Amino acid sequence: MAEYIPNYQGTVTKYVFVESPLLTPKDLAVKAYEISAGVMIKETCFGLQVTGTPEEVEPLIEAIREFDPTHIFIKDRGFPPGDERRCRANLGGARPGYLGHEFEMQRVRYISHGLGRVAGMDDTEMHAAAARRPEEERARPLDPRRLKKLIEAEEP
Amino acid sequence: MVKVFIYPATSLILSDMVARFGHEPLGSAIGIRERIQTPGIESPPLQITPEEPKKGLKWAAVEVPSGVRGRMAVYGPLIEEAEAAIIIRDPDYAFGCMGCARTNELIQFHLRHKEIPLLDLAYPTSDEEGVGFVAAIKEFLTGLKTEGSA
Repeated sequence: MAEYIPNYQGTVTKYVFVESPLLTPKDLAVKAYEISAGVMIKETCFGLQVTGTPEEVEPLIEAIREFDPTHIFIKDRGFPPGDERRCRANLGGARPGYLGHEFEMQRVRYISHGLGRVAGMDDTEMHAAAARRPEEERARPLDPRRLKKLIEAEEP
Repeated sequence: MVKVFIYPATSLILSDMVARFGHEPLGSAIGIRERIQTPGIESPPLQITPEEPKKGLKWAAVEVPSGVRGRMAVYGPLIEEAEAAIIIRDPDYAFGCMGCARTNELIQFHLRHKEIPLLDLAYPTSDEEGVGFVAAIKEFLTGLKTEGSA
């Protein structure tokens, strides 16, 4: 069994996703480089990956978020960028975890809309909005038991 | 700052919301990062060693398959650390092999039995649902008391 010596020990890596009509990942990368002060930034098709010590990364991602607060989304990543166990340059095909990002990126437009609306609400309005459950009013597929009853009720 | 466990544990939206409203999200990345950055014996791809299923015994019974116990060794300590949780019901993309499915069930079981503040939601499918989703999360997170506060 081989010894394992990790790279980038003591660092954190964050994904920065941007889904904005006004800001492309490339624009975001240029703006982020300007304020990065030496923190490692990797530009990707969906945004950025930022790697550094927690003390360096936290203020930087907060500053990045301010470029477009309702359209920039940030999450932690376990692996550093370019890691051979995860990087698609070595594995081929989509990176493991891409499916989840793809699924959620289809829904962030609703979250962006929600963030914009909620920012302008007072406590009472927010409570009313939070108490509503529009998803419970969605159309549901026909219950098979009900379908069975309908079939059985049919006259021969 | 309250530690909030997110389910699905890899969720970008939940992780962002929790951090955005001033708390600390606990998800897969935290557990994986800890393993990836710890020197030891090489065990690719996730540095899950044969020791993990033994550690997982704390959260899953001995007759539970080792795959589930190994996964619980990653999530179990995070669930113990969690002071609140947000769960998204039936997330389409969190399906996987039987090991993932059983681990997901076990995570939710532990969270629901932990007597911590819990928010249960579904993914939004329209702008109006998005407003409700964000408002519910913001109200839940702003209501969480940090330790030592009134």
